[in-house]
Amino acid sequence: MPEKQRGRYAALAIAAVVIVVGIPLWWKTTETYRAWLPFSEISELDSLQLQLSVDIEVVFSRGTLTPEQQKKFPLSHVNEKEHQVDAKTGLRYKYETRYRTATIMEEDALNQPTAAEADLSLHMLSESSCGSVVVYVIPESSTLLPEVRFRAFVYFYILKSLLKLIMLIPAVYFQDVKVYVGQRRTALLRSPPFKTSWNLKEVLSNLDVEVEQVVSTMSFGHQDIVAALSNRVRMTKVTKESMADSMRAIKSSPGYEITFSLLNPDPKSHSLHWDIEGAVQSYIQPLLNKLAPIANFSVDSQILYYAVLGVNPRFDNSVSAYTLSADSLSHVINPVEARLGSNAASSNPVLNFLLYVPDAHHSPLFIRDHSKREVPSNAFHSPRWGGIMVYNVNEMYGPEAERPVDININMAKVMGVFLAQLRLMLGVQHTHPPTGFVLQSPGSAGLADWELDRLLWSRSVENIATASTTITSLAQLLDQIGNIVINDNIAQQVSSAVTSLQSAVAELEAGNLAFALQYSREAILASERAFFDPSLLHLLYFPDDQKFAIYIPLFLPMCVPIVLSLLKIVSEAKKRRADKQAKSD
Amino acid sequence: IFWFNYRHVANTLSVYRSVKRLGIPDSHIVLMLADDMACNYRNPKPATVFSHKNMELNVYGDDVEVDYRGYEVTVENFLRVLTGRLPPSTPRSKRLLSDDRSNILIYLTGHGGNGFLKFQDSEEISNMELADAFEQMWQKRRYNELLFIIDTCQGASMYERFYSPNLMALASSQVGEDSLSVSHTFFTCLFQFKVCPQSQCVSTPGHRTDLFQRDPGSVLITDFFGSVRKVEITKDTINLTSPVEPPIKRSGSGDIQIESLTYVDQLPVAEIIHQKPKQKDWHPPDGFILGLWTLILLVFFQTYGIKHLKHIF
Repeated sequence: MPEKQRGRYAALAIAAVVIVVGIPLWWKTTETYRAWLPFSEISELDSLQLQLSVDIEVVFSRGTLTPEQQKKFPLSHVNEKEHQVDAKTGLRYKYETRYRTATIMEEDALNQPTAAEADLSLHMLSESSCGSVVVYVIPESSTLLPEVRFRAFVYFYILKSLLKLIMLIPAVYFQDVKVYVGQRRTALLRSPPFKTSWNLKEVLSNLDVEVEQVVSTMSFGHQDIVAALSNRVRMTKVTKESMADSMRAIKSSPGYEITFSLLNPDPKSHSLHWDIEGAVQSYIQPLLNKLAPIANFSVDSQILYYAVLGVNPRFDNSVSAYTLSADSLSHVINPVEARLGSNAASSNPVLNFLLYVPDAHHSPLFIRDHSKREVPSNAFHSPRWGGIMVYNVNEMYGPEAERPVDININMAKVMGVFLAQLRLMLGVQHTHPPTGFVLQSPGSAGLADWELDRLLWSRSVENIATASTTITSLAQLLDQIGNIVINDNIAQQVSSAVTSLQSAVAELEAGNLAFALQYSREAILASERAFFDPSLLHLLYFPDDQKFAIYIPLFLPMCVPIVLSLLKIVSEAKKRRADKQAKSD
Repeated sequence: IFWFNYRHVANTLSVYRSVKRLGIPDSHIVLMLADDMACNYRNPKPATVFSHKNMELNVYGDDVEVDYRGYEVTVENFLRVLTGRLPPSTPRSKRLLSDDRSNILIYLTGHGGNGFLKFQDSEEISNMELADAFEQMWQKRRYNELLFIIDTCQGASMYERFYSPNLMALASSQVGEDSLSVSHTFFTCLFQFKVCPQSQCVSTPGHRTDLFQRDPGSVLITDFFGSVRKVEITKDTINLTSPVEPPIKRSGSGDIQIESLTYVDQLPVAEIIHQKPKQKDWHPPDGFILGLWTLILLVFFQTYGIKHLKHIF
């Protein structure tokens, strides 16, 4: 029966075409495009072992060691400390110390009359690399280190409370300055008493305690690094102070916006003039230039008229002035913030600095702290938001002056406060140096080099921690949801993030802090861009049950005749074979 | 736009008002209203929305800032706001710019069912999608603690699938119940959610606190509803002695020409009318599938003929 055979061949041919051509074609055309991602490298990044290397140079000047003891120089020594923060994160601190004697030029520099000048001339000689610390050991009898008594009095008054000061004066009065920390990366250390009979090893072990104190002040501390890892590691035990520190400093971000606002609630009485452009350029811009490796900054300013504080100040008869207590300060910010303009175009975090000039009826206005004492700066700040300063102008004019009174605001005083607040906001940690230490004031740049180094250490670690968690969670997400399209640009961002992360970790190990920070910034930028790409919304892609609902009405009617005809062929073939068997029997 | 959804808009606006009164500024609130009740032609008092029938409190007011309105309220936009995957052109007010120290309050109201919440009458968000979105927020540390309040029928089903830490959820009704809440009754229930008798709240409120790390009894409502900034006194100042330098003069002495600024020319109307339609992705024409099937069947019958169908079946 040729027709029956033709029918059989037709069914087989259709089945063959469907299977050989149709199915691969359908598979290929409905495949989701998933560019290749380095999943294996990403899973390696999940467990992070960071090594931070610090280069320390200890230079002995003439008169500190005997020629016997100096024979073995130059000498180097490596000290390593390991900390396992949690199951997936480990830290290793490597301190490489080099000991040598001072060169003739350095001796000349150290012969300057004061420590500040010595620091400056030492800096002229050589530039120490980012992240390193240089300690100059000067003889015990040297007069280079300044008289402590007056200086420390002023310094500690600003920092400590009155009660503690009374206890400190006797201690400070009789103590000599041990260490002078300069504006850059050098410190001058007064040599502890050495016996001439000691050999070099004993001298060095005696000195190590002092050097370690200097290094822990000028370079990173363990608590800071652990706090920087908070994105990766769940903080279980945090001291109140470190919690306050971690809450105050703003999180690492590629850019920040700084806004200065002048609030004038009473334009009828006061006509305020502030030279904000000049002030920003003279005082703030040097700091921002120095912090350029960390982030981009944009500065703007505005003046708000008829803006009032949301809180009513109380009149205090004893000082015949209005006061704002510390408790009411927290309610000041939100109503004011509603009126502040900001740059709508960028999503960078904003740091606001407000200068409030009280109206004529509520002048002068003073801020009181929790112990009801006057605050010398007359300013307060809120972590991660900014600061507010109250500027009283009632003393600048008499009652007979013609209203509105022209007032020029003293920008140096204002910027002094704002700069201090800005430093706190950006995470320049409060160092509590041990007794006997004197820190040189940062000067025009607003930031000492070693303070910048501390910031760079914590920022690099924070960036690396954040970028690694972002990449690993993104990889997990893309793995779990099989039908998200991974475009080429996402794959490229992820690959570049992974390579930058690996380079950053390598540079940290090698001790090149500046490069490590740069790579960590690139890593975090690329990883954030990849994670927050708008195309990665899992909602846009079809879950499996919807896919079945679409395909079944298309394919089932087609497959049923084919399958049934194949079955019929098979059953006929079986019957024929059975017939043949029966015939042959 | 359905008028009988008035109470949902009124509920949302009441929560918005309470939150603003307790100190949270507009820049920290993302308000999504699917229907415009205030300007609806059926509203007897235009530009107002009241939360109670004796019309004592206009919750719409003058300073309402609605970030997503009408057709912008979609599941996609909601999830984009939560996870942060917004196109770069989105302004700040439409973004959730939270960090690891932010406490977030999410209040959802509308119509829902077992495991889903309706958006815009044609879309749904499922509890699994919501749980996944919260997990992604947790991965990027976009919240410290999150309070999720849902006021829909069978609302408790929405929080069943959550698995990220530091989430607390409250629902106005359990699975299988309908929620007939009016806003202030709900708030009474909310503040005493453990002691609400069946007579006052028609439905049984539910809650879920097992993912929360702190003791729920110690959590203040104002942790989520209000905002009080932590403030520190500035103790240090920096002594600046150098005088202020005058700002850098731009090059070119004498009169500086300041060019007058004008608005950029808007796109002329003629061009807008004749704009070409945007290129959409190519889909096969609708009749294509139908035609394809017709072709297949024709070929089939051509080969076999109707009378030979018995060979196949």
